[in-house]
Amino acid sequence: MFQVLQEPDSVGTVPAKLSAHSLSGSRIPGDKDVWFLIIAEMMTFGVFFVTYMVYRAKDVELFNASQLALNRNLALLNTLFLVTSSWTVAQAVTAARQDRPIAVRGYLLIAISLAVAFMTAKCLEYSIEFERGITATTNMFFTFYFCLTLIHMLHVIVGTVILSVVWMNARRGAYRPGRTVGMETAASYWHMVDLLWIFLFPLLYLLR
Amino acid sequence: MVSFLRSRIHCTWLLLVMATGATFGLRAEGAVGLGAAAATLGIAYAKGRLVILNFMELRHAPLWLRLILEVWLLAVSATILTIYGVSRHP
Repeated sequence: MFQVLQEPDSVGTVPAKLSAHSLSGSRIPGDKDVWFLIIAEMMTFGVFFVTYMVYRAKDVELFNASQLALNRNLALLNTLFLVTSSWTVAQAVTAARQDRPIAVRGYLLIAISLAVAFMTAKCLEYSIEFERGITATTNMFFTFYFCLTLIHMLHVIVGTVILSVVWMNARRGAYRPGRTVGMETAASYWHMVDLLWIFLFPLLYLLR
Repeated sequence: MVSFLRSRIHCTWLLLVMATGATFGLRAEGAVGLGAAAATLGIAYAKGRLVILNFMELRHAPLWLRLILEVWLLAVSATILTIYGVSRHP
């Protein structure tokens, strides 16, 4: 996985992968193979979302009543954390293309900090729920809630590690104009993490 | 502020924040039922599309890749809303 975050040694030439992916002016951002992983992840989560809705349809009253026990304010805060971190990662990619290495490192550091803030808020949310005696076995709603949010959290952890590797590469000056495929790959994965939360947030916290 | 809004990435972030606030506001106002669900999922769809096109940069990607993600987005939003619509609400 981390190999795709590295850039080719040649400077000033179009990377081989880039030209291979180009098709009549259009271009795949990042590594093509990682895009298949992203699509597979999205399909899997799509099935999770639909399964959640099917189980909800069987007992709407229970799901609606259980949803009231969740902390919507922390979920809102987490949504803003992820959306903003996605924005700073997109900014980092733009800065790398414009040959602004200090900005690249700065934006990546903000994105990583926001990811850590997301995880901290989520752990706080879990601890509040555990204190109230709510666990994954409380009822079907909470089984879904803990499973879906923990699987998503796992993706946030993986994404944070990837962003950290990209940040370390950026400190070595690995990303420059024409050499941003590795960073684009990491960015695409991180935006997927954001995209999945965009659906988890209304599904678990808002829809009733 | 004007120069900030000239950037597609900045505008996308601003719209995402505003859309998040709108969905949260809908719920805080106690909006429930099919109309509220349609609005909530419509906003989620719009947010997803902004992320796909502007953050993931699929606006300039080959059509097959863009189509896969656009269809996923539409299918997920429509299926969730359909199941919500046929669910028996108390």
